[in-house]
Amino acid sequence: MLWKLFFNFFKIGLFTFGGGYAMIAVVKETVVDKFGWLTEDEFMEVIAIAESTPGPIAINMATFVGYKKAGVPGSAMATLGVVTPSLVIIYIISLFLEPFMANKYVAYAFVGIRCAVAFLILKAGLNLLSKAGKKLLPMLTFGVLFVTLLVFEWFAVSVSAIVWILAGGAIGIYAYALRSAKEQEGKK
Amino acid sequence: MIFLELFLSFFKVGLFCFGGGYGMLPLMEETVVAKGWLTAEQFYDFVGVCESTPGPIAVNMATYVGSVTGGPLGSIVATLGTVLPAFIIILIIASILKNFTENKYFKGFLKGVKPVVSALILSTGAVLLANAFGFFFKPEFTPDYRSMVIFALLLGVYFGVKKLWKKKLSSIWLIAISAGMGIAVCSVAELL
Repeated sequence: MLWKLFFNFFKIGLFTFGGGYAMIAVVKETVVDKFGWLTEDEFMEVIAIAESTPGPIAINMATFVGYKKAGVPGSAMATLGVVTPSLVIIYIISLFLEPFMANKYVAYAFVGIRCAVAFLILKAGLNLLSKAGKKLLPMLTFGVLFVTLLVFEWFAVSVSAIVWILAGGAIGIYAYALRSAKEQEGKK
Repeated sequence: MIFLELFLSFFKVGLFCFGGGYGMLPLMEETVVAKGWLTAEQFYDFVGVCESTPGPIAVNMATYVGSVTGGPLGSIVATLGTVLPAFIIILIIASILKNFTENKYFKGFLKGVKPVVSALILSTGAVLLANAFGFFFKPEFTPDYRSMVIFALLLGVYFGVKKLWKKKLSSIWLIAISAGMGIAVCSVAELL
């Protein structure tokens, strides 16, 4: 079982391009359709957990599925499996990238690639924003922070992203506490 | 001690990475640039490489930074650092805190985090685009018309394909197409 987990997650790591979300479909195919390691419902639950915990989604899913099937050793093997292809491939690339980048046409290609990366990042941001909810508070948080970040960038002021994330979380918890207090009041 | 530094830095990045692969880019860039391991430009160039290689972006980036700064062992240590927080947290949730994600306060936390991460990602994208266009966030204002042309073409291709074939181009295709456009547009610009 341990090797089966390792091998199958190795395959998932090797054949999925474009990061986490592209992986969900492939993981489902392997884990639910092919081996029946999880039921459809369990898999949906795994996605929900993976999305709401920190860390790359592929790692979250591998750890969870591995644990369900074979405990802590299983989770370790599944996670190692997803990570190993990246580790090997990127390590090899890193050895050759520097001289490769000195080539004129490679440099030209990267002028284009930079545009695509900006496009992909903007697209990912918009996608996440659409999931953040259309209510006033998340929109206001987003708007104020977005403008603040650009202004800070302009004046080269740097505040760690961790500070913003924790502040956002605190606002979220406070908003929830406020709402439930109001509901309590309403019941009385 | 570079290995310990790599491990701790990437552990921190892994711990605060919400919202999938792109969510960790702003924090990882901040860390890597502050440590002097890569410039911001090198960092985002490598994001382009990661988009066209398999595997989670966060793991790819960690492996690359680790390899450049600390060789093979560096890449392993940095990758371990990125992966470990997720690994530990999921183990805890799967074994002990089964209903943790149902916790109301945790849900509140996540709700608050989402718009923040969106703002972080979008502002990163906006700054990258402005930099590619050669203005706005640089001391010298030299507009790069090549990038503007490429970006316009790229938008055209992406939305054209979406409209005509009802298909979304995957990121690896976008990277490949943009690389081709880069070579073509820059070569033409050189002749002019």
